[in-house]
Amino acid sequence: MTPSEEDIYQEHVLDHHEDPYHRGSLTTATHAHEANNPLCGDVVHIDLQLSEDGKVEQAWFTGSGCVISQASASMLMEKIEGKTVDELKKFSAHEMLELFGPKLTPNRQKCCLLSWRVLQSALHSPVQ
Amino acid sequence: MLESTRADFPILSRASASGALLAYLDNAASTQRPRAVIDAMSDCYARYYSNVHRGIHTLSEESTHAYEQARQMVARFLNAASSREIVFSAGTTAAINTVARAWGDANINASDVILLTIAEHHANIVPWHQLAERTGCRIEFLPLGEDFSIDDDVVREHLARLSPKLFSFVAASNTLGTEFPVARWTRLAHEYGAKVLVDAAQAAPHRSLDVQALEVDFLVFSGHKVCGPTGIGVLYGKEALLDSIPPFLGGGGMIRQVTVDGFLPAPLPEKFEAGTPPIVEAIGLSAALKYVSNLGLDAIHAHESELCRQADSSLREIEGVRIIGPTPEKKGGILSFIVNGVHAHDISQWLDTRGIAVRAGHHCTMPLHHALGVTATTRASFYFYNTEDEVERFVASVKEVRDKFAPTGRRRRTTL
Repeated sequence: MTPSEEDIYQEHVLDHHEDPYHRGSLTTATHAHEANNPLCGDVVHIDLQLSEDGKVEQAWFTGSGCVISQASASMLMEKIEGKTVDELKKFSAHEMLELFGPKLTPNRQKCCLLSWRVLQSALHSPVQ
Repeated sequence: MLESTRADFPILSRASASGALLAYLDNAASTQRPRAVIDAMSDCYARYYSNVHRGIHTLSEESTHAYEQARQMVARFLNAASSREIVFSAGTTAAINTVARAWGDANINASDVILLTIAEHHANIVPWHQLAERTGCRIEFLPLGEDFSIDDDVVREHLARLSPKLFSFVAASNTLGTEFPVARWTRLAHEYGAKVLVDAAQAAPHRSLDVQALEVDFLVFSGHKVCGPTGIGVLYGKEALLDSIPPFLGGGGMIRQVTVDGFLPAPLPEKFEAGTPPIVEAIGLSAALKYVSNLGLDAIHAHESELCRQADSSLREIEGVRIIGPTPEKKGGILSFIVNGVHAHDISQWLDTRGIAVRAGHHCTMPLHHALGVTATTRASFYFYNTEDEVERFVASVKEVRDKFAPTGRRRRTTL
C-alpha cells in the first residue's frame, strides 16, 4: 500500500515541529556542522558538546524548512544525548527513518535524513 | 466547452495515492496526453516504424514521410517561413544548449555580453554560464519590477548600455506566470543590434505564436508541455542564421560527406539532427499540435486565464497567503504562492492527500527565488482540461493548510 501522506503529519510529528527539543545554539559546543537541501531550501545546523570520553552531553539544532526536516531534527536531538560517538556513527539512515516513524516517499526521506547527515558530519567536525 | 476534452485524456480519470480523484494542476511542469497522441505513437510502432532518411524500403519511406510531415506541422504551428527552419531537438533545454554551443561558440568572445531576465528558467541560464566559462563573455540580468514584470524602459536602458550580442528571454515565466512582450522586446533588441532567442516552453502550449510576425531569431519549446511526448522539442531559427552557424553534435544524419580528412555538413535542418532523431516523438508531437490547434490557442488561453483569475482572487482572500506573481490579466495560467510559516513541500504534500497535484520548490528558477527573497513557492498551473470545480477543490485545500499547520500551542511528548 502506498503510504498515505496524511499520516506523515501525525500529531507526534506536528508536536515536535511546534515544540522542538533543544532548538537553539550551544555556546559550549565542541563539534558542529551545517548543511542544506538546496532543492527545497531546508537547512539544519547541529551543535554538539562531547565529553572527553566521547559521549554526547548536549545536542542542539537550529534551522529552517519543512515540517519533516525540522521535526526529525528535534527527534534526533532528543534521541542522541547520552549516546557515545561510536554508537552514533553506527546509527544508520534506516534507523533515522524508523525514529521519525511515518513512512516517507523517497523525495521526503531526504528531508528527514538532512539532520542525520549533519549529525554524522558534526561528529567529525570539531569547533576551531 | 473545453472541459469536454477531459474524456480524451485517460489519465485524468484516475485517483491519487490517497484515493481522491486526481486534479492535475502541474501543467507547467508537464501536461498530460490525449488518446490521439498515444494512438499516433502506438500506430507508428505497430504499423510503419523504421529509421528515417536511410533505408530504401517501405517502412523507412513511410516513417520518413511521417517524420517530415511532423516537421511541416511544426512549421505551420509557428508560421515559420520554411520547414528548413524547424530542427527537432530533445527539448527546450537541448535546443538552448544547441544555440549556446553552435551559435555561441562561433560568435561570442570575451568582450561580449549575453542579456537575460532574472526570471529565466535554469535552462536559459546555465548554458550561458557555460558559454561564459568557455569564452569569458559576461551574463547580465534584467531585474524584475515591483509588479513582477519588466518595463520596456528598463529593457531599452540595458540594451543601450550593455550592447549585448544576444537577448535571450522567457516568453512566459514558469514561476510568476508573467507574459513578457515578445514582439516589442524583439524589435527593441534588434534596434540595438542584439539577436533574440525566445524560450517559449510556457508560451507555445498556451497562445498562438507567429515567428515571422514576432521576428525572433531563435525560438524554442518542448513537446511534453503541449500534450506531446517527452524527449522532443523544437529549435526554430531563421534560415539564413541557421545556415551561417556550424553544426553542434556530429554524427550520422548531419553530414553530406565524410572522408578520412573531414566532413561536409548536411543542409538544413539535418545539419543539426545528428544521430537517429526522435522519430516517433515527432509524430506524437505533430498529433499534439494538431489537437491543440483544433481546440484553438485563443480559446485555450482564455479558459486558463479564467481559471487563474478565479484561483487568484480566491487565494488572495485567504489570510497568510501571498501570491508570487502579477495580477491575472498580466499572466497565463500559472499561479505561485506562499503560505506564511508553511513550507512549500508541506503544502504540496497536503494537497496531494486531496488528490491535487501542484509543484513545490524553486521550479528551476533559483536566481529568481533569490531575488524575491523566498526559498520555495507552491505553484498551480492550469491547462484547457482543468475545471472550475478543480479550482474550488484547490482553494479549499489551501485553506485547510492554514488550519493544519498553524501553531496551536502543541506540546511535545517525550519519545524516549
